[in-house]
Amino acid sequence: MNRYSIFGTALHRLAILCYVVFALFPLFWLLKVSVTPNDLLYSEGVRMWPSRMSFEHFRFVLAHSAFPVFFRNSMIVAGATAVIVTLLASLSGYALSRFTFRGKYWLVALMLLTQMFPLVMLVAPIFKMLSPLGLTNSLTGLVVVYTAFNIPFATFLMQSFFDGIPKELEEAAKIDGATQFMAFRQIVLPLTLPGIAATLGFVFTAAWSELLFALMLISGNSAATFPVGLLTFVSKFSVDFGQMMAAGVLALIPACLFFLFIQRYLVQGLTAGAVKG
Amino acid sequence: MASIDIRNVRKNFGIVSVLHGVDLAIKNGEFVVLVGPSGCGKSTLLRMIAGLEEVTEGEIRIDGMRVNERAPKDRDIAMVFQSYALYPHMNVAENMSYGLRIRKAAHEKITAAVSNAARKLELQPLLARRPKALSGGQRQRVAMGRAIVRQPKAFLFDEPLSNLDARLREQMRAEIKKLHRDLGATSIYVTHDQIEAMTLADRIVAMHEGVVQQVGSPLELYDRPANLFVAGFIGSPAMNFLSARYEVGAGTAGARLPDGTLIGLSSGYQLEEGAAVTLGIRPEHVEMSPASESSLRATVDLIEPTGFGIILHLGLHGLPFNVFTLDRAALTAGPTVTVAFPPQHLHLFDETGKRALESSLQKGKG
Repeated sequence: MNRYSIFGTALHRLAILCYVVFALFPLFWLLKVSVTPNDLLYSEGVRMWPSRMSFEHFRFVLAHSAFPVFFRNSMIVAGATAVIVTLLASLSGYALSRFTFRGKYWLVALMLLTQMFPLVMLVAPIFKMLSPLGLTNSLTGLVVVYTAFNIPFATFLMQSFFDGIPKELEEAAKIDGATQFMAFRQIVLPLTLPGIAATLGFVFTAAWSELLFALMLISGNSAATFPVGLLTFVSKFSVDFGQMMAAGVLALIPACLFFLFIQRYLVQGLTAGAVKG
Repeated sequence: MASIDIRNVRKNFGIVSVLHGVDLAIKNGEFVVLVGPSGCGKSTLLRMIAGLEEVTEGEIRIDGMRVNERAPKDRDIAMVFQSYALYPHMNVAENMSYGLRIRKAAHEKITAAVSNAARKLELQPLLARRPKALSGGQRQRVAMGRAIVRQPKAFLFDEPLSNLDARLREQMRAEIKKLHRDLGATSIYVTHDQIEAMTLADRIVAMHEGVVQQVGSPLELYDRPANLFVAGFIGSPAMNFLSARYEVGAGTAGARLPDGTLIGLSSGYQLEEGAAVTLGIRPEHVEMSPASESSLRATVDLIEPTGFGIILHLGLHGLPFNVFTLDRAALTAGPTVTVAFPPQHLHLFDETGKRALESSLQKGKG
C-alpha cells in the first residue's frame, strides 16, 4: 500500500513535470533566441543554449525601434481596459448575483449571445461605427472595443465569485447598521479580492495580447500596440527573429509582474471561516 | 429593550403564501421561542421582524413604532445567524465592534463595550483572532458578542445552535439562558428543536404551515396541547395517538378503541356520542400493568435503553406505540406486555384535530 502510494506520487509528479516542461518550452526557446547573436542563429544548428550570449537584440529593440512606444500603448490600453472592465463587471456581477429584477433573464441571454460571434465577423461593422466617431487609430477606440468584448465574460466571472459569498454576511452587516452599498463595499468587496484579481488578470492579458482589432483599427506606429508592433520585425525579405524574440521577452515582463502582484489574492481563500458549511 | 407587536402579518413569495396572518404580542424582556418543523414560516417571520424580508400584509411594531418600511439598520435589533455570519476578513474584536464603528461611536465607548462583552462571553484571549482560527462554539460566542455589544432593543436568534454538536449545544443553550437572565433583553428565538424551545422559552409559539398553532408557556404546551400538531411536536419521544369513538354514559365517559376496549376518561367532553376522536398519551405516562379489562396487550418490537430510562417500541394492533419508563425491569420485557392509560394523562382531540373541550360528567349525554 505504502509502496504503491510512493510510486503513485512519483508518477503524478513526473506527469506534472512533463506538462510543465511542455508548456514552458516555447518560452524558453523565446528567451534562447533572444540572447543568441545573429551570426550564431543559423550557424550553430539546434542547440539548447548558444555558445556565446549577447544582449544586442534587447539594446537594439529598446534604443532603435518603436518598441517603447508600442509597449507604452499596450500598457495604457490593457491597463485601462482591465480597470474599467473589472469595475463595471463587479457592479453588474453583484447585481446579477444578488438582485432579482425585470428582464434579468433576457439581459443574461443577451450577454451570452454576444459571446457567440466569431470576432472576425464584427471587425468591419465596428470599423464602420468607430470611424465617424474618430475612434479608429486611437487608443481610446481600442479601450472601448476591448471593454465591450470583455465585459460579458468578466461579469459572469465576478457573479460566480459573488455567488460564493454567503448572503448572511451582508444581512448581518445590514442589521449591524450598514446600508446596502456599505455592506457591499466593507464586507463583500474585501472578500471578493481574489475574484477581482482573477478578473483583472484575465482582462489584462486578453487586452495585452489582442491582435485582430489592434491590427484593423490602428494604422501607423504612433497608436500601435505591442502585438501589432511585433509584426514590424517581419519585413518583406526577412524576419529578424532575434529582435522579435527580444521584444517578446520584454512584453512578457509586465504580464509576469502583474500576476506576481495579484497571485497572493488569487490563492487566498479569504472566505474560509465565514460560515460553517 | 422593547416590546414587539405582530399584527395579522402575512407573507407571500410570488404566488406562494408562507405566512397566513400571524398575531403575536411580545412583552418587554420576554424570551419567545418560535418552534415548528422546517418550512413552517418561523424563520421568515423572524427575518420580517429583522427587516430582511418585506411584509406582504399586516404590521410589525417595535416599541409601538411601525417598522414595516424601515431598513434593518434603523430598527435597532441584533441577530444571531445559524451560520454565524462572522466577517472573515475582520478579527474577533473588529467583528464585534463593526456595528458601533459604522454608527461612529466614540473610540473609548467601543473599546469598553467590546471588552465588556468579551468578558461576559469569555472571549478576551481570542480578540485578535480571525474567525477561521476559531472553533464552532467560539464562533457562536463571537456572533452573540457582536449582538450584545450594541445593546439593541431586541435579540433575534435564527437557529443559532443547529451547527454545534450535542454537548456544545447544551452548554450554549445554558449560556444563552444565563445571558438573557443577566441582560433581560427581549429575545425571539427560532428553532426546530423542541427541547431548546422547552428549556429556553418564557413563551413558546408553535407554528405549522404558516399558521400559529398555539402560544403559551412550555408546560402549557406540554400539558394541554391545543391540537394534534402541537401534541405530536412537543415532547420526546412523541405522544402516542390512537383512533377511538367517544362514548358517554351516566357519570362516565370513555373512548372505545376499534378492538372494543373501553378506555375510561376522567371527565366528559363537549362531543357527540360516537364521535370519532383521537386519543393521545405521552410515552412517559403509559403504565405497564397487570392485565385488566381496560388494559391493552401490545407486542414488544424494540427495547432502547437510554441510560436514564428505557424506551419500549411496541406494536398495538399493528400500530407503533412508544412507552418510556424508568423501571429497569422493562429491559427484560417479554414478547408481549400489557399497558394501561391513567385517565388524568389522556388527551382527547376531535375529528378536526383540535383539543376536545371538557364538560362536566353530570350532564350526562351531550
